[in-house]
Amino acid sequence: MEIPYTVKERKDTGLYNAKLGIWLFLASEVMLFGALFSAYILLRVGATPGTWPHGLLNVPLGTLNTIVLIVSSVTVVMAWASLKMNQFGKWRMYQAATLVCALIFLVIKSFEYHDKLTHYEVVTKEGDKHHVYDGHLVQEDKDKVVLHPSAHRLYTARAIALGFGPEPAGAHAPADHGAKGHAEKEALVTIQRSTIEHMENYGPKHHPYLAIYFTLTGLHALHVIGGALVMAFFFGPGAKMWKTDPERFTNRIEISGLFWHFVDLVWIFLFPVLYLL
Amino acid sequence: MSHSSTPAKLHSASHGHHDVASEVRRYLIIFGALTVGTIVTVLASYINFGSPTMNIVVALSIASIKAFLVAGYFMHLISEKKMIYMILGSTTFFFAGLVYLTLWSMHPASFIHHQSYVP
Amino acid sequence: MQYSHDTHNHTHEAHDHEEMGFWTKYVFSTDHKWIGIQYGITSLLFLLFGFVLMGLMRWQLAYPGTPIPVFGPILEKMLGSAAAGGVMSADLYNSFGAMHGTIMVFLGIVPLAFAAFGNYVVPLQIGAPDMTFPRLNMASYWLYFLGGVVMVISFFLPGGAAQSGWTSYSPLATIIPTQGQTWWLLGMVLLINSSLLGAVNFLATIIQLRAPGMTWMRLPFFVWAQFVTAFLLLLAFPPLEAAGVMQLMDKLFGCSFFLPTGLIISGKVADVSGGGSPLLWQHLFWFLAHPEVYVLILPAMGIVSEILCNNIRKPIWGYKSLVYSLFAIGFLSFIVWAHHMYMTGMGTAISTFFQTTTLIISIPSVIILTVFFITLWGGSIRFNTQMLFTLAFLVMFGIGGLTGLPLGFNFVDLFLHDSYYVIAHFHYIVAPGTIFALFAGVYYWFPKATGRYMCDFWGRVHFWCSLVFMNVVFFPMFTQGIAGMSRRMYDGGVNYSQAANKGLLGALPDSAIYSNVIISIGAWMLLLAQIPFIFNFFWSMRNGRKVESDNPWDATTLEWQTPTPPPHGNFAVEPTVYRGPYEYSVPGAVRDFIPQNEIDNKGKAKAPKS
Repeated sequence: MEIPYTVKERKDTGLYNAKLGIWLFLASEVMLFGALFSAYILLRVGATPGTWPHGLLNVPLGTLNTIVLIVSSVTVVMAWASLKMNQFGKWRMYQAATLVCALIFLVIKSFEYHDKLTHYEVVTKEGDKHHVYDGHLVQEDKDKVVLHPSAHRLYTARAIALGFGPEPAGAHAPADHGAKGHAEKEALVTIQRSTIEHMENYGPKHHPYLAIYFTLTGLHALHVIGGALVMAFFFGPGAKMWKTDPERFTNRIEISGLFWHFVDLVWIFLFPVLYLL
Repeated sequence: MSHSSTPAKLHSASHGHHDVASEVRRYLIIFGALTVGTIVTVLASYINFGSPTMNIVVALSIASIKAFLVAGYFMHLISEKKMIYMILGSTTFFFAGLVYLTLWSMHPASFIHHQSYVP
Repeated sequence: MQYSHDTHNHTHEAHDHEEMGFWTKYVFSTDHKWIGIQYGITSLLFLLFGFVLMGLMRWQLAYPGTPIPVFGPILEKMLGSAAAGGVMSADLYNSFGAMHGTIMVFLGIVPLAFAAFGNYVVPLQIGAPDMTFPRLNMASYWLYFLGGVVMVISFFLPGGAAQSGWTSYSPLATIIPTQGQTWWLLGMVLLINSSLLGAVNFLATIIQLRAPGMTWMRLPFFVWAQFVTAFLLLLAFPPLEAAGVMQLMDKLFGCSFFLPTGLIISGKVADVSGGGSPLLWQHLFWFLAHPEVYVLILPAMGIVSEILCNNIRKPIWGYKSLVYSLFAIGFLSFIVWAHHMYMTGMGTAISTFFQTTTLIISIPSVIILTVFFITLWGGSIRFNTQMLFTLAFLVMFGIGGLTGLPLGFNFVDLFLHDSYYVIAHFHYIVAPGTIFALFAGVYYWFPKATGRYMCDFWGRVHFWCSLVFMNVVFFPMFTQGIAGMSRRMYDGGVNYSQAANKGLLGALPDSAIYSNVIISIGAWMLLLAQIPFIFNFFWSMRNGRKVESDNPWDATTLEWQTPTPPPHGNFAVEPTVYRGPYEYSVPGAVRDFIPQNEIDNKGKAKAPKS
């Protein structure tokens, strides 16, 4: 006896097996990303007022990535529609376009990650006076480190403890040795290594916001990679099934498309939550 | 337009050749709507809607509409079967429970209505 | 009547089976029956391993600080300074404790109750040729196996296995410098993914592959139980996976998801960003771990209903009540979790919410037990080994479940939280509860898988010894807990005893300390009592009394209407179901049972509803 309903739908549920399977799997994925989103909410609600950063991420790049994923969602559903209309050539084109979008997304993401990992907070101590610098690493050698200070930055517990926290409205500004105003924000800052007490980049360790950012987008990126690998398989060796069992092959494209749409859905929520709010 | 080598291809009952063609037009319209929605989300983030809570509500509402379009039309959820709705319905309920009850447990005093952080 | 025919599609199953090599047939099999057996043997071995860990711990509890006879030197040789002089150190006690819990729950009971029995029996009982996704099924098993390997390897790392309890609470789990906890997290990720894939498979199979006529309300209760269990696993596990990923981020990348600001370790302020919360871990952990306990019990209830009806020759009284209670349990189990966290200072409103839902969920559980008891009324009882275990389950689970009620009240939990009372409560449910039902399942279904009976005499020896010693082990723990003895104390409470703290009010009485000796002896006897079972299991495969028919127990469900053992593809022709699952002693019938796929006596087939 062979397993029924692998291609034809079962009458009372109206589904073929794999379609039910992927929706069940997507339900579990909703809980997975949902738990991470709930962690985000709790970390943010629990943060000291004023310390949750804004504007740390590049909005134009994020918007571009959002559009890229939306385009890929269109191409992936068009790929399935092409197969439904018996247009194998069009399918190949759309499937390839989806893979290209996935690649573009990952490239932009790695660029963003690199940007964070080259952004540093440097705590110096000269005598018994501390200072906190924050900016992108422009140049470094064995004696010194050169930073380009940034307008948007994080306030870590360490910085706040040293008096370099955010300036609350009305409260006195921390004594920071004249490091304020526009002029300071444009000019490069050179720091002698001998004075550095602590130097840390904007990796996940640095601040809860970065931790949840890297975890959420990292897990999402892993899903992008996974989905792309499956679709690449169907584009390549998997396409043989079109000749032997076209309906089953079309269903496979539909299933992988559903997964891909879910990946897009997660990003639709990730983007405003992490980049805009 | 290339043809499959197997002449007698089985079609799923719900999608004939013409149905899919008209769906294609719908996909492109939805694509347009999603692009507009993305731009609107970004622009809206520069406007202050009165309180931090309101800003969040606006952003998540736009995101939800976009999500509904992707799920409803690209994933064909709008014409999907009861079994799928039941699975997703219970998932949504339990996810809401996870977020709501955890938030309530960890921040009983400053629960949702009394957020006091400086944006 | 026609089922789907993929004329273009080449499935290996029906045609090429005889040509399969050793690896495809026995190692990387996609046949649900063989996968079920793989899960079964592996999980039974892990249960034994987890039990042995506890056997070693019980020496330390009974005779703290003394070298373990026979096994002490072996431990020292394998694990080094953790067992210096053959004495179990505090660290080793903690890690054995953490791994005992982890192994029993995730490597033992869940794979045995859900994956092993479920895989073997469910497709047969619904009239399907296999699970919907056989290759995914195989992948699930190997992920489980890999997860088990990772857990076992962790014992041999420098610093040993995880030490922070099966609950892996931060900050301890995060800041502990040894690698064991990290490996535990990696092992958990593998195990969780194995369960998730398994859950998808079970749900899809039960929804899609029921034979014609097998309506939802004609399903054997075992299948219903597995269905709800799979649903719990599908939706409850992912938040723990997310939490595990975050704890891994904390450990490997220095994040502070679960570390609060201002954390001081060994007198120094920790070099972490802070801003996180240990409570977040607890919430995400218990969001899974509460439904998990229903995962542990529901398959057992399913097995019990099958064996009960078969051995009293009567149908279930209240099948619909059972099914609706199952829904209620499934639904409510997601919103009770913080009753494990009453002591975390969450405020009265929310703790009252959880207390309320917790008490409500006791109702469907009591309904299920009551239905089983009422079903016994007027039954003609066959006291074979599986029935003995099943009847004992009813009483033992009753004790375990009822003792949970005080724990559900937050003001009583104040005194009982993290005490030996809790250990007694949950062990009564899982040990003489679930495990007895699983033993019953082994004795019951063994003849279908092998064509031979297990020896009934040694089965009874196994039963009576296990029943007595289970109670010797776990009953005194209730009194220890009420006396105030805390969990996870490597010296068995000696530090807090009256003997060591003369005149101190609230110190542990001598009876509580002495009970440790009684419990330990009981535990070792219980371990010995499993030897007849292990021997019986393997010996009977080759030498057991052969069955006289394909349906030696005269059962109604579909798995008994197949050849013994069932061939690849299970049914030569897709069966059609005409009646419910427990048609025993039907008035006017020729025999005292009617199989589900048997056409009406009068020759009229009831129209099968899909």
